[in-house]
Amino acid sequence: MNINMTLIGQTIAFAIFVWFCTKYVWPPISNALHERQKRIADGLDAASRATRDLELAQERANETLRESKEQASQILEQANKRSSQMIEEAREQARSEGERIVAGARAEIDQEVQRAKEELRAQVSHLAVSGAERVLEASVDEKAHRKLLDKLAAEL
Amino acid sequence: MAGNNPSPTEYIQHHLQNLTFGYHPEHGWSMAHSALEAREMGFWALHLDTMGWSIAMGALFIWLFRKAGRMATTGVPSGLQNAVEMVVEFIENLVRSAFHGRNPIIAPLALTLFVWILLMNTLKIIPVDYFPELFIRLGVDYMKIVPTTDPNATLGMALGVFCLIIYYSIKVKGAGGFAKELSLTPFNHWALIPFNLVLEIIGLLVKPLGLGLRLFGNMFAGEVIFILIALLPFWAIWLLDVPWAIFHILVVTLQAFIFTVLSIVYLSAAHEHH
Repeated sequence: MNINMTLIGQTIAFAIFVWFCTKYVWPPISNALHERQKRIADGLDAASRATRDLELAQERANETLRESKEQASQILEQANKRSSQMIEEAREQARSEGERIVAGARAEIDQEVQRAKEELRAQVSHLAVSGAERVLEASVDEKAHRKLLDKLAAEL
Repeated sequence: MAGNNPSPTEYIQHHLQNLTFGYHPEHGWSMAHSALEAREMGFWALHLDTMGWSIAMGALFIWLFRKAGRMATTGVPSGLQNAVEMVVEFIENLVRSAFHGRNPIIAPLALTLFVWILLMNTLKIIPVDYFPELFIRLGVDYMKIVPTTDPNATLGMALGVFCLIIYYSIKVKGAGGFAKELSLTPFNHWALIPFNLVLEIIGLLVKPLGLGLRLFGNMFAGEVIFILIALLPFWAIWLLDVPWAIFHILVVTLQAFIFTVLSIVYLSAAHEHH
């Protein structure tokens, strides 16, 4: 346990080890550590950036989907409106056509009635004349009584 | 136990004797064959076991860490690299929190001190009889394998730290600044310069002395206890030896840590202006 040259020897050994460690041992390990630290930080950064990008893309997709849904419903609505409009138009057309046909028929009927009346009138006047002839046993001058007969017919 | 049943005192003395090579006044340059001869050699002697084991541990440290450093990748680390990086990171954080200044030497210095001392201290876990016995069979009288139980080793490292303290004090503050710091603190008055000087120089010298003696004291005391435990009957040794060894895992790490932290703190103080 004497103090001797070992003291100096240890100091020299210490100095050599420290020098060697400073020069050859510390730098590569320290560099690798820091490099890895940087790489991990970069990786984390990239990951968070990617997540953000994904979120953005998702948002955009959602937006597009909503838009297209809206558009589809718009188109559907338009089509519905259009179809109901067409039905309405057809109905209108059908009604007016019907009315027209009914009106035509009515006019024809009126005409027919008029003609029948006319015919009836003529026959009545004729009947009246022949009736009167029979009553009077004489021929009635049709020409002479034409005016009277017409008047009678018009009254019928 | 060594030899032909020595007395406990002889046994303890034998285990605490370093393998010494030096200049003996009578025998010239030779190996010391007894504690007395070693003492007679005075300063001109070298503890071969202390030097050998400490250099071996230092070389082991350098080899391990150099190997890890050479295969260090920035990718996923594994095995040795993981362990080495853990230590390096631990030291880096330690230096960052304790050292205020910029000096690229401090972190490697702290790493060297910590791992080297840790490895040297760890030799203590090896049963006390193994190596002395082995070397006696090989014809070597003494073999004290734990370098940190030799005050020369601990004070040698402390001396290295001390030199750096002086060097950086002068480098950072200039010779004048350093002298001013020594003579004008803590009492800033010209009449008190001698008093300040005595105070500060004692304070300065106590740093390495405390550093070296703290480590030596702890390790030496632990070693003595181990040797005393080894004197018990062989079937009883483990009863005390195991708890003491487990406790020493803590002491070994703690003392290495304390030496490292104090070195960083002293060097940090050397870099600071007052």
